[in-house]
Amino acid sequence: MTDQLLLSLTTGIFIGGVAGYLGTLMVIKRMSVAVDPLSHLVLPGIALALLFHFDVSLGALFSIVLGMILIWFLELKTKLSTETLIAVVFTLGVAFALLILPEAEIEEIFVGDISKINFLSTIISAILSIIIFLIIKRIYSKMILIEISEDLAKVEGINSKKLLFIYLLSVAIIVALGVKIVGGLLTASLIAIPAATAKNLSKNLSQYSFLGIFFGILFPFLGISFFKFFPFSAGILITLVGGFIFLISSFLKKEK
Amino acid sequence: MENNFILRVKGLNVELNNEKIIEDLSFEVKEGEVLTILGPNGAGKTVLFRTLIGLLPFQGKIEWEKGIKIGYVPQRIPLIKDIPLSVKEFFGLKGISQQETENILNAVGMGEKEILGKRIGDLSSGQFQRTLVAFGLISDPQVLLFDEPMTGIDIGGEETIYSLLGKLKKERNLTILLITHDLNIVYKFATNVLCLNRKSLCYGLPRETLTTDNLEQLYGEKVKLYFHTHD
Repeated sequence: MTDQLLLSLTTGIFIGGVAGYLGTLMVIKRMSVAVDPLSHLVLPGIALALLFHFDVSLGALFSIVLGMILIWFLELKTKLSTETLIAVVFTLGVAFALLILPEAEIEEIFVGDISKINFLSTIISAILSIIIFLIIKRIYSKMILIEISEDLAKVEGINSKKLLFIYLLSVAIIVALGVKIVGGLLTASLIAIPAATAKNLSKNLSQYSFLGIFFGILFPFLGISFFKFFPFSAGILITLVGGFIFLISSFLKKEK
Repeated sequence: MENNFILRVKGLNVELNNEKIIEDLSFEVKEGEVLTILGPNGAGKTVLFRTLIGLLPFQGKIEWEKGIKIGYVPQRIPLIKDIPLSVKEFFGLKGISQQETENILNAVGMGEKEILGKRIGDLSSGQFQRTLVAFGLISDPQVLLFDEPMTGIDIGGEETIYSLLGKLKKERNLTILLITHDLNIVYKFATNVLCLNRKSLCYGLPRETLTTDNLEQLYGEKVKLYFHTHD
């Protein structure tokens, strides 16, 4: 095994595992749809990072946060719906990214380039993944209770605004990290597909979150391993593997 | 609070999206009472409950006895059936042990072991209602706020949700605030009744308060026949 492959796999497994775990919350919260526009906010940041040669995840995180602040500000100003404003900001972001980026690098911004991962970024990804994992683990039950009934959560003294903020921040960081593996367009493959597959196959919450992590690790592992043998980017392969396994799980799902 | 008052509400006003939902509402609840809240759809009953437990902004005064523990049983929890969640895990969300979960399920007549591993979405509606009551009873509240239990539902074991509530009230010395549509329940179960349709339309002992006039005012003409069958 080459060092590069080892680094790619390590990064993929850490980020993928946490993304899958976080995804189980997102799928329950019906927010996996929001991952998509949210993840597209990363595009201008990735473009800038490629242009000025700094870490894509850093650029991605920067532009997600900037995009979210912009959306929040416009929402206050215009009273338009969040969805509308996400659409506006996201489209502008894509146009801006395409404007500044040389054509040769366009594929990388959309589907990622795992071969660029180096030792330092692997270490940082692993550490951040562990931290985010621990944070999510801490808020997991409370988030589920909020989803079941905000009223019940409030009676429990749960501060849903604070938790939602922590949760969104975790999503932003994981999406930004995921960009390293699958680029700016395919982050849902790390977050939504593992969780959706897990949901098809689980009867209770512990199975569900365990399987979310399991598939979150499995998809990048397989995708990155195949990357050696196929002339496609790892991002594409991870997504296809995930999609295929998800389809199988849909057939296995027992009718109630 | 003097005179064993557990809750005092004075001049309560609740406005949501510039619409007045509750206007100038005042009532009191003493320890051990059962206050039923009666009113048509959209009368602001659930809003009242949500305000009482601090979920909504309001004007006026809501005074709970200091340090009181409140249990809340919401009307509907539509999304829960979609979540892969076992009964045991549902109670685990409140951080209680399996032993406590078993005890509390026992108290609502669901002592069977196999219930614990069952998925919430697979429970019968009677079992689900019992589960929600049990969930509201975690950490031994002194007051239970119960939003419109499914009336007339057979929750199994020839028990209605009301006989269960009656039993729990005795066993746990509960004070109960209960939203309902069902006049029968008010007569059988309530110490006090509050008729609510944005404003308080009547308030007092059920036998004295629920006059034909008052009910007509609350529900309109139609309810008369329905009401007379219970009179």
